[in-house]
Amino acid sequence: METLFETKDLTIAFGGHIAVDHVTISVSANQFKSIIGPNGAGKTTFFNLLSGQLSPTEGEIFFRGENITKLSSTERTRKGIGRSFQITNVFPNLTVLENVRLAVQSQAGIRYQILSHFKKYKDLEAKALEWLEMVMLEDKQETLAINLAHGEKRKLEIAMLLALNTEVLLLDEPTAGMSLEEVPAILDVIRRIKEKGDRTILLIEHKMDMILDLSDSIMVLFNGRLLADGTPEEIMQNETVQSAYLGGIHS
Amino acid sequence: MRKGGEEELDVFFNLTLNGLATGMLIFLLAAGLTLIFGLMDVLNFAHGGLFAWGAYSGTWLYATTGSFIIGILGAVVTGLILGLITERVIIKPVYGNHVQQILITLGLMLVLSELLKVVWGPNQLSATAPDFLKGSFELGGIIIIKYRLFIIAVGFLVFVTVQYVLKNTKIGLVVRAGVMNKEMVQALGINIKKVFMLVFMVGSGMAALGGVLLGPYSGVIHAEMGMEFAILAFIVVVIGGMGSFPGSILAAILVGLSGSFMAYYVPDLALAANMLLMAVVLIFRPQGLFGWKG
Repeated sequence: METLFETKDLTIAFGGHIAVDHVTISVSANQFKSIIGPNGAGKTTFFNLLSGQLSPTEGEIFFRGENITKLSSTERTRKGIGRSFQITNVFPNLTVLENVRLAVQSQAGIRYQILSHFKKYKDLEAKALEWLEMVMLEDKQETLAINLAHGEKRKLEIAMLLALNTEVLLLDEPTAGMSLEEVPAILDVIRRIKEKGDRTILLIEHKMDMILDLSDSIMVLFNGRLLADGTPEEIMQNETVQSAYLGGIHS
Repeated sequence: MRKGGEEELDVFFNLTLNGLATGMLIFLLAAGLTLIFGLMDVLNFAHGGLFAWGAYSGTWLYATTGSFIIGILGAVVTGLILGLITERVIIKPVYGNHVQQILITLGLMLVLSELLKVVWGPNQLSATAPDFLKGSFELGGIIIIKYRLFIIAVGFLVFVTVQYVLKNTKIGLVVRAGVMNKEMVQALGINIKKVFMLVFMVGSGMAALGGVLLGPYSGVIHAEMGMEFAILAFIVVVIGGMGSFPGSILAAILVGLSGSFMAYYVPDLALAANMLLMAVVLIFRPQGLFGWKG
C-alpha cells in the first residue's frame, strides 16, 4: 500500500520532559489507525505535532513524500491534514447549518466574492446539508450551535472537519466528556466515514475495546515512546502492551 | 385644553422623529465601529474623522455639482477610499496592540480634522437640503419635517441591506463567525484579514454617509463634528454590545431618543443621560444588550 503520511524520529521536549520520544510511524492511504495509551502518554501532543500546533524538537513529518515539518497548521489543513480537538470548537451563535457552510465555503475557495451567484450559494448550502446527513444531524440544521447537547456538538465538529475535505482526519477523543448513551452515535458516525473509504483516519482513544473492530492498525504510546504498532490482533497479544496497560491504566 | 393636548402630541412626535433621525446618524457611525472592534479587536478613534470627511466632501460636491445624490455618493466613495488607506497604512502595522492603536488612530483623527481646515478653511460651512427634501408636511395634524424622515429611511435601508448581507452571503457568514472566534475562522483556512479590510472600508463608507446626511440636518458642518459624534458612537457600541450589528442600531436609537427627549424636558441632564444609560447597561449587562462575549 502507498504510504501517505510518515513521521521519522518525531520528538518534542518541554524543558527536561520528553513528551514525544522518537516516534516513527507510517500510515497508508485510506487506513484507519488508532492511537491508544494511558493519560499523559503523549497522544494529544503527538497530534499537535502532526497538525502543526507544535513544532518538534527533533525529527521530521512527511505527507505524500513532502517534508511538512516546517509548515503552519493552516498550510497543513490546505495540504490535506484536518484535525478535531479534544475541546469542542464550534461557533456558538451560528446555526448548525451555518457552521458547516462556513467550513464548506472555506474549502470552496470562493470566500471573497460578495456578489456571487445565488445558485452557487445554494450549492454550498446543499453540500453543507450532505455533511450534516453524514453525521446524522440534519434535523438540527436550524438550531443554534450553543443549544446543542454535548454529543451533538461533537458531531457538528466532525461535520465541519469533513467539510474541509482533507484527506487525513485527526480525531482527538471524539467521545471525550460524552454520556454513555451518546457514545454509540459517535461511533456510528466514525464507522460511516470509514466505510465511505476515501479518508485516512487517525483516532486517539482511551477505551481500547471501543476501537478494536474499527481499526486497521493500532499504535500504543507509553511515556512518549512508541510501544507497539500493528493490527488489533497483534496489539491484543503483545505482552509489553498488556503489562504497560496493567501497570499504566489500571493502577 | 384640547389644544394643549394636541400640542403635546405634536411635540412628542417631533421629539421622537428627531431622536430617531439622530439615532440613525449615530448608528451609521457606530455600525462600522462595532464590526471593526468585534472582528479584529481594533479600537479606531479616527472613525469620527471619516464621518467629518464624508460631510465636507459630500457637501462640497453637492454645492459644486448641484446634485444631492452625487454629493451623497461622493461622500460614500470618499469614506471607502479613506477607509482603505487607513486600514492598509495605519491599522495594519498595529494589529493586536491596543495602546498603539489608540495613539495612532487618535493622531489620525487630529490629522484628518486639521486637513479639513486646510482644504475648506477653518470656518464652519453651511449645508442645506435639496428642494425636494426641504420643508415639512402635515399628517393627521402632526407636522413632519421631510428631511428627518429621509434620514430615518436611509438609515433603515442601510441597516436592512447590511443585515441581509451578514445573514445571507458567504462573506457575511465569515464576518459573523469572525466576531465570535477569529482564530477558529483562520483555522478553517479563511484569510480573515482580507475580510476585515473590506469590513473596515464599508464601515468607513457608512460613517461618511452619516456625516454627509448630518449636514442639512444641523444646517452647518465643522471639523470637530466627527469627535462629537464619535463619542456618542462609542457609547452606542458599549450599550449595544461590541461586535453586534443589530445591537448597534437599537442602542443608537435609544441614545438618539434619550438625547432628544432629555434636551427638551430636562436640558441640564441631556449630556449626562447617555452616560447614565451606558452605566446602567454596564452594571446589569456588562457585555452590552446584544453582546455575548462575557
